[in-house]
Amino acid sequence: MSVRGPQQVLELARVSRTFGEGATAVAALRDVDLTIAAGEFVAVMGPSGSGKSSLLALAGGLDRPTSGGVFVESTPLAGLGLNELARLRRRAVGYVFQDFNLVPTLTAAENVALPLELDGAAARKAGRQALDALRQVGIPELADRFMDQMSGGQQQRVAIARAIVGQRRLILADEPTGALDSTTGHGVMEVLRSRADSGSAVMLVTHEARHAAWADRVVFLRDGRIVDQAAAMHDPTFLLTQAGL
Amino acid sequence: MSIRHSLLALLQDQPRYGYQLRVEFENRTGATWPLNIGQVYTTLDRLERDGLVAREGDDGGGHVVYSITAEGAAEVQGWFAAPVERNNPPRNELAIKLALAVTLPGVDVQAIIQAQRVASIRALQDYTKARRDTAANQRTADTAWLLVLDSLIFQTEAEVRWLDLCEARMVQQAQSAGQGAARKTSNGVTEDAAPLNADNRR
Repeated sequence: MSVRGPQQVLELARVSRTFGEGATAVAALRDVDLTIAAGEFVAVMGPSGSGKSSLLALAGGLDRPTSGGVFVESTPLAGLGLNELARLRRRAVGYVFQDFNLVPTLTAAENVALPLELDGAAARKAGRQALDALRQVGIPELADRFMDQMSGGQQQRVAIARAIVGQRRLILADEPTGALDSTTGHGVMEVLRSRADSGSAVMLVTHEARHAAWADRVVFLRDGRIVDQAAAMHDPTFLLTQAGL
Repeated sequence: MSIRHSLLALLQDQPRYGYQLRVEFENRTGATWPLNIGQVYTTLDRLERDGLVAREGDDGGGHVVYSITAEGAAEVQGWFAAPVERNNPPRNELAIKLALAVTLPGVDVQAIIQAQRVASIRALQDYTKARRDTAANQRTADTAWLLVLDSLIFQTEAEVRWLDLCEARMVQQAQSAGQGAARKTSNGVTEDAAPLNADNRR
């Protein structure tokens, strides 16, 4: 049995998710065990249909498993009612989606402050935290811009700022570099990496090896199961012997 | 790798002795391709024989200092101007391994691909970490090393993408072969339609 220490931000224990019933049932995930600790950056790779997005949805409480348990900061999501679950999602979990899901009639700062205000934070405090998040993603000067005054890359940074604002301990990102050029994609990875380095747990779903390589651990999914994991060795001798061929 | 041209290029910068050349080469390429000092001396001998470098004499500390000749400078210029030769691709062990694996019975190609993928991603993680750490230092001296790391990152990424493609092809092939087999069975034809190694894949 695994121990749910306080440093463990996300735990999926023997999680399965099946869509449909009987003969037409499709298993999206089968008996998946995965934990992500505070300060850890985990990337999930796998071919389309391998269960990557299902895994992310379950981790963030956007979907419920058919069997098994999902724990966020030791709280079993199965025991939460809809309101409690929504509150946990707003407070502890940040999402970055491929399509940014930003509100066009709000400024960048207002978009970022939105989850805090929904959660009852005072406008001034939420605004301060939003500006801080925009600073972390490198665009504090764009705080008062509306979405149609920003490039795709800038909008994606706003979406990331919204995901990391406040005290989010779990950041979930689904192909967050989808529509971006490679320089901007690199910037997104830098932000996710630095969030992990400052103590959040980060889970990134991607099909891009060069983005997955920013993670401490890469998990490979196939047919709904974890088939392999690769942890960086950070070993300079390995680097040299690999490169010195 | 052209040690010969690399040493000539370093001598064009300024006259140097053998050990200095080795250190300078490794500094600029991040010690990615370690140079054997013996290689440096034999290369210098050949360059001297071909009239591309000349001995300048002793530096006072017992080191023989070499300088580049006009012919040597022209050689370096030609090296920089010409694209790297591609007509003789280096042997790619992975491509050879997979090419053999798909043609031999009883080899689990998908397992080979996955094992390689994990190893390649792990290397990519280390290159990416090294790049991040080096870039964070913000030293101009690291520019050359960053370029080398970028090159390793691109190469490894290309390898992973190629593995993905190999795997997708194999799955596709197994599926179309499976469909073919089903059709034949329903027609009462018992001909074996299984492709190579189809039994190893799912």
